[in-house]
Amino acid sequence: MSRVQNVLVGSVRTALGWVPAQWLPGGTPDPLIGRHGEIGRQASRVDGALKVQGQARFSAEVAMEGLCYAALVHSTVTRGRIARLDTAAAEAAPGVLLVVTHRNMPRVASPSLISMTDPTATGNSSLPILQDDQVHYNGQVVAAVVAETQEQADHAASLIAIDYEAAPAETRFEEAKAGARVIPSLLIERNHLSFGRAERELARSPHKVDNRYRTPWQNHNAIELHALTVAWGDDELTVHDTTQMIAAEAATLAKLFGLKREQVRVLSPFVGGGFGGKGFWDHQVAAVAAARMVGRPLRLQLSREGVYRIIGGRSPTEQRVAIGADEDGRFTALLHDGWSVMPPYGACPEAYTLGTRAAYRAKSFEILQRHVDMAVVPNTFMRAPGEAIGTFALESAVDELAHALALDPIELRLRNLPDKHPITGAPFSQHAPAKSWADGAARFGWERRSTTPGARREGEWRIGMGCGSGSFPYVRMPGAAVRLSVRHDGTASLACSGQEMGMGTATVLAQQVADRLGLPLAAVSIEIGDSALPAAPLAGGSGQTVSIAGAILAAAEKLPAELLRLAGNDSPLAGLRPGEVRLAREGLAGAEEPSRHESFRSILTRANRDEVSVTASGTPPLEMLKFAMHSTAAMFCELRVSDVTGEVRVDRLLGSFDCGAILNPRTAASQFRGGMIMGLGLALTEETLFDERSGRIMNPTLADYHVPAHMDVPEIEVMWTDIPDPRSPLGARGIGEIGITGVAAAVANAVFNATGKRVRDLPITLDKLL
Amino acid sequence: MAIRINGTEVAPPEDARVSLLDLLRERLHLTGTKLGCNQGACGACTVLVDGNRVLSCLTLAVQVDGRTVTTIEGLGADGLHPLQAAFLEHDGLQCGYCTPGQICAASAMLAEVEAGVPSYVTRDLSGPVRLSRDEVRERMSGNLCRCGAHNGIVDAILAVAAERAA
Repeated sequence: MSRVQNVLVGSVRTALGWVPAQWLPGGTPDPLIGRHGEIGRQASRVDGALKVQGQARFSAEVAMEGLCYAALVHSTVTRGRIARLDTAAAEAAPGVLLVVTHRNMPRVASPSLISMTDPTATGNSSLPILQDDQVHYNGQVVAAVVAETQEQADHAASLIAIDYEAAPAETRFEEAKAGARVIPSLLIERNHLSFGRAERELARSPHKVDNRYRTPWQNHNAIELHALTVAWGDDELTVHDTTQMIAAEAATLAKLFGLKREQVRVLSPFVGGGFGGKGFWDHQVAAVAAARMVGRPLRLQLSREGVYRIIGGRSPTEQRVAIGADEDGRFTALLHDGWSVMPPYGACPEAYTLGTRAAYRAKSFEILQRHVDMAVVPNTFMRAPGEAIGTFALESAVDELAHALALDPIELRLRNLPDKHPITGAPFSQHAPAKSWADGAARFGWERRSTTPGARREGEWRIGMGCGSGSFPYVRMPGAAVRLSVRHDGTASLACSGQEMGMGTATVLAQQVADRLGLPLAAVSIEIGDSALPAAPLAGGSGQTVSIAGAILAAAEKLPAELLRLAGNDSPLAGLRPGEVRLAREGLAGAEEPSRHESFRSILTRANRDEVSVTASGTPPLEMLKFAMHSTAAMFCELRVSDVTGEVRVDRLLGSFDCGAILNPRTAASQFRGGMIMGLGLALTEETLFDERSGRIMNPTLADYHVPAHMDVPEIEVMWTDIPDPRSPLGARGIGEIGITGVAAAVANAVFNATGKRVRDLPITLDKLL
Repeated sequence: MAIRINGTEVAPPEDARVSLLDLLRERLHLTGTKLGCNQGACGACTVLVDGNRVLSCLTLAVQVDGRTVTTIEGLGADGLHPLQAAFLEHDGLQCGYCTPGQICAASAMLAEVEAGVPSYVTRDLSGPVRLSRDEVRERMSGNLCRCGAHNGIVDAILAVAAERAA
């Protein structure tokens, strides 16, 4: 996130602008694009049966001989130092094996903060972990108790007596704004962007809107709690964790505990929901250190309150969006700026303006994010960081402008859709938002929307329709590696450290391998969730599937040479070179003469080999820098607002997506719906209540933080253009996060259509509508 | 006395603080029952006690002494339970963590409906309960799902209810 990075990314982009597209990854479209095979079919989850039977093993469920249990103690002040610490009663409590505080914790460095340039840097916080008597935020870990049972550990933790010397701390967003910082870049994009003279254009525009939007603190709230089961061997460390970054966590633990990378094994075959929250935090370090100190296998499972205290969530924001338009509604100025929280010991900017840069054409732009330092658990990425809430502000503003212009809000969007990236001028790799708007509007029955707010009523209910655009960039991460093996019995397997947290990772990987090798799905097995396997990238940025897909493509390009070598002179393929064959029909075939074919089974049997394996990594993801690669969505909502209570009930929700090729319609639909439901929570119910006087989170429970329940979730329709992206592996772009984007605006705009009230402050609770 | 868990008699724990959930997960390694909040807010720990749905995190193990407990492992002991099969068919799951609790809750909920127990959204309290989409949504609202598999879960439950009614 430096100026140097801005210059580097800028130069690479400029250079790539000159490089012919066919020289880059995706220059020749993936041969699997448009082919009808396993990809595109509704394959059932390969791990579904395990999950419905309760047999999928999560990290807190690994049985071990001699296991002991840990419980954490959290600071009750926001900033200061521990003045008195009495652990005697805890140490004397039944079953207690160890109390860890800063007094006896081994010296452990803090993990390197998450960085765009180092994929092994995983830290969400650079604060010391139990290394001194300092308290930096309310809820920070100040002690850990290890006991024979969880009940004993929990009880003993309550016996630790601590007096704090409190110090002043910044806990008020409004006051902290005065000291806001401007960091040079957001992820790989430049932060400040000024194009044309936007303020002047805005002032001159015949039509304009200029408003502030606010979004609250939020927490991920995966139903599975953060938990790890740790076992030390002789200089070997095994950690069963629930993590979105298996390979990177192993690398981080090796570094922190002075081990070689191969001495650490992180296993995480199933993650009970992540959404950005299952990263690297203090509890892993505390548990691994405590297990070494106590000399026994140890389990640490955070309490639900503990998750709120030490796992950061989504930063709150205050955003200003201003749009100026000419008489035809064409944007003359687009301004988006604001404030979000990022303490200096955190590394996750909430990049709510990134989506705005690619969303609409405008004569001028002014975009800037400022970062506010507060004494809080460091905020982190949460499903569609940036876009989830940035689209709320932008798409509310577009709706407000449409109302001011007396134009249909879809028509206003269509008039301003860009045909190339509005800022960089890079061509879109594939971009069909107009089609998703048209398809979605037709399916939803948009024409039935009343253009006059507050005009539709049924009894106590006012009824409204709204829409909003969602967006998410394509991300393919560098360094993804896989091992692809074919065996003499005609089966194949794929191994990498990839993560499964509900997306259907193994299912879609099996479909890919089947198609790459021309095998039936049943002949393919997938191994993931283990750092001993070739390193997959983290599950984030909606990039895991395409990143691994790029590596599978590379492995499949490498495999024919190995097979040809084994095939020898007695094969129908004899004399052909690697470039002259391709993988097809469970074996290898001549590219020109497909009748020259030999099966994997036959090649390996004759060569007297059980299997042949190749390990390969994907090409560097340069396509991301050459092309503008963005997915978009058109979100539609119909809802009712009670005149009596102000209650909002969502009756219908539809998402129409333009996300490249869809690899598995069944799991994709679930991903889209899942995101949209989290979008309903963002719009209507979810808020981490932060006490600005004390700096303490007030509702650290699932009873008081309201994630959508069944009764809140209507039937959700999803549809997609299914147009492949010619520049990406399989023609696909990520789909895990886009579902949440655009939804809050669609809901807010529908609330306006129903009631005439414009709510610019999420969540839209009933008090704001009375 | 003993607790009968999935057909096997288990002695109640000596430590009276042990919840039914911790007995299942930590002592019997029946980890199909999940821990999501330990305070009765999420439903992930739902099991059946004498056929009724119960939050095992809010139930002390000693409270179920002499009673019959069925967990997800017991529900599907003879091959997939129809609800388990329907959850697969309708993709009523993603990460799979809330899933056992959803399925246990659904199985007891269908029995409640068949017994004529009304819910907040039941309009006609005089006759048998007609299982609508809204009835299922209301009756399952104690089981949270964060991945957003709600539509598939409701579809799966309605499909099983329709089969049972046929």
